[in-house]
Amino acid sequence: MAETAHGEEAGGLVFHPLDQFMVKPLFGDGPIEWYTITNVTLWMALAAAVIVLVFAIGSRGRALVPSRIQSVGELAYGFVHSMIEDVTGHDGVKYFPIIMTLFLFILSANLLGLLPMSFTPTSHIAVSAVLGFGVFFFVTLLGLYKHGLQFLGMFWMADAPLVLRPIIAIIEVISYFVRPVSHSIRLAGNIMAGHAVIKVFAGFAAIAAISPVSVMAIVAIYGLEVLVAFIQAYVFTILTCVYLKDALHPGH
Amino acid sequence: MTTTTTDAASAATETAKAGMPQLDLSTFPNQIFWLIVTLAVIYIVLSRVALPRIGGTLANRKGTISADLAAAEELKQKAVAAEAAYNEALASARVEAGKIVAAAKADIQADLNKAIASADAEIAAKSAESVKRIEEIKLGAVAAVESVAKDTAGALIAALGGTADEKAISAAVAARLKG
Repeated sequence: MAETAHGEEAGGLVFHPLDQFMVKPLFGDGPIEWYTITNVTLWMALAAAVIVLVFAIGSRGRALVPSRIQSVGELAYGFVHSMIEDVTGHDGVKYFPIIMTLFLFILSANLLGLLPMSFTPTSHIAVSAVLGFGVFFFVTLLGLYKHGLQFLGMFWMADAPLVLRPIIAIIEVISYFVRPVSHSIRLAGNIMAGHAVIKVFAGFAAIAAISPVSVMAIVAIYGLEVLVAFIQAYVFTILTCVYLKDALHPGH
Repeated sequence: MTTTTTDAASAATETAKAGMPQLDLSTFPNQIFWLIVTLAVIYIVLSRVALPRIGGTLANRKGTISADLAAAEELKQKAVAAEAAYNEALASARVEAGKIVAAAKADIQADLNKAIASADAEIAAKSAESVKRIEEIKLGAVAAVESVAKDTAGALIAALGGTADEKAISAAVAARLKG
């Protein structure tokens, strides 16, 4: 196996911080087809299971005085709902389930990824790119559907001086098309970097002299990563809301 | 923080040989397929079951809280009204009690006056009778003194050897009694 070979090379120090991101089949050792059940499947399914548990089963009581799990669900509901209302206005609330799906999937995948020995789907560019480009195509098509060609007026700043308008339009178009790239790379990059750094410190823990420092550093970075897990889910969601606002109200 | 960056750098050189699993295109169809399945499941569960239910619960709670607050406000108004009614009742009861006390006082005073008047009348009658009786007794006593004096004077004269002149004795006694 490649892992053992690496370990021997480094002479006792085991540094392969990216092995945790490897996609492996859960059963057998065959090639990875699109339908193969892999660790991606497992951890995505666990994320979905957590969401179902908290939001569908936890809310089943419909209690006036909520239980703990119900309270968590209601807090997340209120958080995302008010975020959409604040950013996009009243007509954005229609897209609440889509945005809630994104937020909860990213949040639970990030948090589950912080469990030791786990796999983090959101650290993969394939996953975050589907999310980012999905949002991009969704809001672009929505804007074209709602406003027709007037949607393109978003790039033409009517209140800028006439000379600058074409230049600004070019910049605006470029920045518009860069959005999905930055949107997805931001998520995958943040999550991947944090997990890799934890792994690197874990590798140092093999040396007795610096292992206390290394373990302390892991604890500190772990705390930071919990924060990052929330913040990245929040950032992804609020940017989705901002893009949605542009689609619904292109006149700025 | 500097150690972190050097670690990351060494990690990067280390993994340059292995390659980033993120860039392994052969796993992309698998990840994308399962991502779409997962998102679809989450979306269906949220939009069909969870979000309407949570939204309903929140709306229900809001309604209950505002209804409870309204009910509390109403009860407060009722309590204030009840207190006012109580105070009013207390005041009217005081007035009533004052009236009853005054009436009772007047009644007692009237009875007392009547009793005093009748007692006065009785006392006056009794004292008048007593005065009359004293007068009679006085007159009786004077008459008795006169006759006793006459008898005594006659007996004295007889004992001294004289003859008693009835008329002279009476005149002498009468003169003595006057003096």
